[in-house]
Amino acid sequence: MVSTPENKNYKVIGTRPIRHDGYDKVTGRAQYGADIKLPGMLIGAVVRSPHAHARIKSIDTSEAERLDGVFAVMTAKDLPRLGDVVRGNSEESGSEKHLSENVMAFDKVLYKGHVVAGVAAKDQNTAFEAAKKIKVDYEILKPVIDVDQAMSKDAPILHEDYTCDHLGKEVKNSNVAAHVRHENGDLENGFDKADLVVEKEVDMQTVHQGYIEPHSGTAVWDEEDRVKVWTSTQGSFAVRDSVSKVLDLDVSRVKVTPMEIGGGFGGKIPIYLEPISAVLSRKTRRPVKTMMSRTDVFDATGPGPGGKVKVKIGIDADGKILAAYADIRLEAGAYPEAFIEAAAKCVFSCYDVPAMKIDAYDVLVNKPSSAPYRAPASPQVAFATETVVDEICKIKGYDPIDFRLLNVAEKGTRTALGPKYRTIGLKECLEAAKKSDHWKSNLNSNPKTGKKRGRGIASGYWFNIGFKSSVNLSLNPDGKVALIEGSTDIGGSRASIAMQAAEVLGIPAEDVRPSVVDTDSIGITDVTGGSRTTYATGYAAYNAAHKLIEEIIEKAALKWDISKDQIEYSDGVVKSKTDSELKMTLKEIADDPPGGPIVSSASVDLEEAGGGFAVHIADLEIDEETGKTDVVNYTAIQDVGKAIHPSYVEGQMQGGAAQGIGWALNEEYFMSDDGVMLNSSYLDYRMPIALDLPMINTIMVEVPSEEHPYGVRGVGEPPIVPPVPAIGNAINDALGLRLLSTPMKPSRITEALKRKK
Amino acid sequence: MHPFNYYAPESIEEASKILEKYGEKAKCLAGGTDVLVQTRGEKFDLDAIVDVKKIPELTELKWTDSHLVFGAATPCYVLYEDPKVCEKFPGIIDSAFLIGGIQIQSRASLGGNLCNASPSADGICSLIVHEAICVIAGSSGLREIPVEEMCQGPGRNALENGEFLVSIKIPLKDNKFSASYERFIPRNEMDIAVAAVASSVEMQDGKVSSCRIALAAVGPTPIYAQAASELIIGKEPTEDNIKIVSEKAKEIASPIADMRGTIEHRKDLIEVLTRRTISKALERVGV
Ligand SMILES: Cc1cc2nc3c(=O)[nH]c(=O)nc-3n(C[C@H](O)[C@H](O)[C@H](O)COP(=O)(O)OP(=O)(O)OC[C@H]3O[C@@H](n4cnc5c(N)ncnc54)[C@H](O)[C@@H]3O)c2cc1C
Repeated sequence: MVSTPENKNYKVIGTRPIRHDGYDKVTGRAQYGADIKLPGMLIGAVVRSPHAHARIKSIDTSEAERLDGVFAVMTAKDLPRLGDVVRGNSEESGSEKHLSENVMAFDKVLYKGHVVAGVAAKDQNTAFEAAKKIKVDYEILKPVIDVDQAMSKDAPILHEDYTCDHLGKEVKNSNVAAHVRHENGDLENGFDKADLVVEKEVDMQTVHQGYIEPHSGTAVWDEEDRVKVWTSTQGSFAVRDSVSKVLDLDVSRVKVTPMEIGGGFGGKIPIYLEPISAVLSRKTRRPVKTMMSRTDVFDATGPGPGGKVKVKIGIDADGKILAAYADIRLEAGAYPEAFIEAAAKCVFSCYDVPAMKIDAYDVLVNKPSSAPYRAPASPQVAFATETVVDEICKIKGYDPIDFRLLNVAEKGTRTALGPKYRTIGLKECLEAAKKSDHWKSNLNSNPKTGKKRGRGIASGYWFNIGFKSSVNLSLNPDGKVALIEGSTDIGGSRASIAMQAAEVLGIPAEDVRPSVVDTDSIGITDVTGGSRTTYATGYAAYNAAHKLIEEIIEKAALKWDISKDQIEYSDGVVKSKTDSELKMTLKEIADDPPGGPIVSSASVDLEEAGGGFAVHIADLEIDEETGKTDVVNYTAIQDVGKAIHPSYVEGQMQGGAAQGIGWALNEEYFMSDDGVMLNSSYLDYRMPIALDLPMINTIMVEVPSEEHPYGVRGVGEPPIVPPVPAIGNAINDALGLRLLSTPMKPSRITEALKRKK
Repeated sequence: MHPFNYYAPESIEEASKILEKYGEKAKCLAGGTDVLVQTRGEKFDLDAIVDVKKIPELTELKWTDSHLVFGAATPCYVLYEDPKVCEKFPGIIDSAFLIGGIQIQSRASLGGNLCNASPSADGICSLIVHEAICVIAGSSGLREIPVEEMCQGPGRNALENGEFLVSIKIPLKDNKFSASYERFIPRNEMDIAVAAVASSVEMQDGKVSSCRIALAAVGPTPIYAQAASELIIGKEPTEDNIKIVSEKAKEIASPIADMRGTIEHRKDLIEVLTRRTISKALERVGV
């Protein structure tokens, strides 16, 4: 593959050491969100709306307050009323008012499970019993369940007071929170000249991230009006910002300690219970811990948006794409922001498209406010684009890889939002796919009797964000290094960050001991999300390690009384360039260095890492009688920039593929007409289990990013993008059926087969 | 949920006294894989849980001249680790091996599966096609009913106040007999049947001398599809004859549409699974 910028033989990078947090996690010693126990702690419980859309007429808490063992009760009246200030967090936006009302509804509930009141009691049972005694009187309103209904003429309006932005125009009384458009090139001319134009509309269901650890929030509000929060989050600083806004406190009054995190995939960026525990603590002067059940998680925390996406592509007689149009309508849920800009950025990202137009709509519906879910909005739009591309190839008899190579986006290709790509590796991924054992294998080698096989391929993209990170290092007297960081570790980032510091210092990964600390103990660090952590926090670690070397050289110069430029450092040894007697190991220099201990710190604020691309190949076996689909062979190919810890990169690729296969085959929010999710448990929300997946083969392609010293790009998100269309295309290959709605579940397959007959 | 009492009686008499005293406010506990989950989920409001596993008859497995008898609380693994049960009744093993995973099978019982009376239970159809008999204890002693009379509606069984299930009796057959159970789930494990069928056949002189078909997840209770079963009795088990039976089973199925499946898909699945389970049962008797 291509060589990396530093172009040298790495000692640590590319190896597979045991992760620093591994033992704690496999022995159960690691402390997750709900594991925290504080002296005198109370347990909180919340009252949730049974209705998807209703006005709150009154709340009577008196009976709950009288219950033995109840310490405090709260409603949204106990939260400061906030105005429509727009926040500017990295992976979230929206207004402070919405942030607060999503935590606890003030006058209107906008989804089933929306919190309306909270209670703190001596134990869980008492808290639950008390919550049941809180009486809420609702005026039930008609719910809005999907984008078609939301955008129809006489749809009930979710936010009567909200000013929507329709192509720059301020509009009231609409469920379309925003309509944006991106255009470049002469679209009409492109379609006019086209030899073939194919258009498809896909319908995506709402899906949940399905992290194994439910949300919890623990807080203490002390006598000095300082609030301490313990929570499982992807971003302790994001929680600090959000909590301080909802409680109307200066950020320095809020200290957030991140617990270990049992999965997030984007869904552990928003806050839910933390301000409620804080207010209950203010009222009781005791620590309060509030936790969710799995059903609460499904009902009321950030799903990935469903919606409808229409894509139209025109090609010339040689198969070159001339023009492309997309109409993207995504469900924001109860409050604005379904990542429509990301959707626009991703929809045609894999292709060189001379003329394009993209209309994207952020649509409010009575479902929980959507949260980022792994490459937010990219899988939704890829389903449409990659289905159209597959259809073009079928009609024209093109090889699907050759067609993609002919139209491939590469360095210099203009992107939908304007800027041109820097170095990217889609072409290399497609070439690797073409050369893969999987692509060359015979699809029909020993299929089970009576079953049909099909193969599908699709590509996908995520842009990988940058932003702020901070790292502190200190050299301990034993010559080992403590690394202090603010990036909560979901997918092995302690290891991948420590390894970058170890590489710079030329010491084993095990000799750098990473700790994820609270918001008072490290500089601002943005969320673990957007595939930024190994890239940005890793970059900060790289810089901090270089600064540590400078410090080491400075101390050696003082100790030996020679000038700094006569000293060099490599592989854990500092030595004089001229006098071979002058030489110290890290342990020796760390033992009582002149002028104080050896420490360093660094922070960064980075641009995007440069896009990450993935190409997936799926082989399916389908039982035509029952509609059951089994994935029998699956390969994920991805440009990973530089794989710092290859096992965790492969893990990300496999995990993303597994989740995407779930979206494709069985996962959905199955809603009643009243807007209630009926399958809000892991029994009926059918995520794939181990037996549903074959070994997911991985092929890591390394085309280094220009933005990072080791070429890191971020790897967590691209792999969830191709699976839905890859599976859809494979179903089409097997049965000659285009299923355009997720999930492509057994009953949809048998129904479509009957229609075909 | 409020605090409740826990009892672990050691005799049938003791158990029925406690159950009689608490009535609706008590539940038996066998493996607990339904009852504990449901209690926590506040499906009912209990004052007592009566653990029946300390009563010897409830976990005993024995062979009499005419029957296999196993206690109502016998965990699934005891059945599938018993070579003789596996050899004689592979259809029962299909169910025992399917319920949950290894952890669940180490606790869960077919008695609990039956008393829980779920329309989609994986154990009940198999018991029906094996002509199983329920041995029930109450204050006035023991009584027996055919297993197909046990389920009355979703979560409702035929037990009267103070009664509980002691054991399940499976008759031994003289002729070549076997059975098979298959459920359809969109995934490969840890899922609940969208539709399921158990079939049993007994062969005499190349003809089907008796047959039973039972359907799950396509009605308020597991259904003994007697009208379908009878269509093949006395006939040769040809593909056409099997097809006639499976079409009839499809007709009998009366599912609802819900998050787990549509009416049409469930009915179609019954047809497919009836064919497949009859064929499997025939294969097992060596046809
Ligand atoms: C993770 C998981 C997976 C599961 N998978 C499946 C599956 O694949 N298929 C399936 O069918 N089920 C499944 N179940 C449900 C459950 O395991 C089965 O129904 C099991 O057979 C119940 O047996 P038990 O001994 O645990 O019953 P318990 O929970 O102890 O009892 C079940 C019910 O029967 C009553 N009861 C028990 N014993 C008696 C008695 N002797 N007399 C009178 N009443 C009695 C109880 O009061 C209760 O109402 C699953 C459950 C879990 C938690």
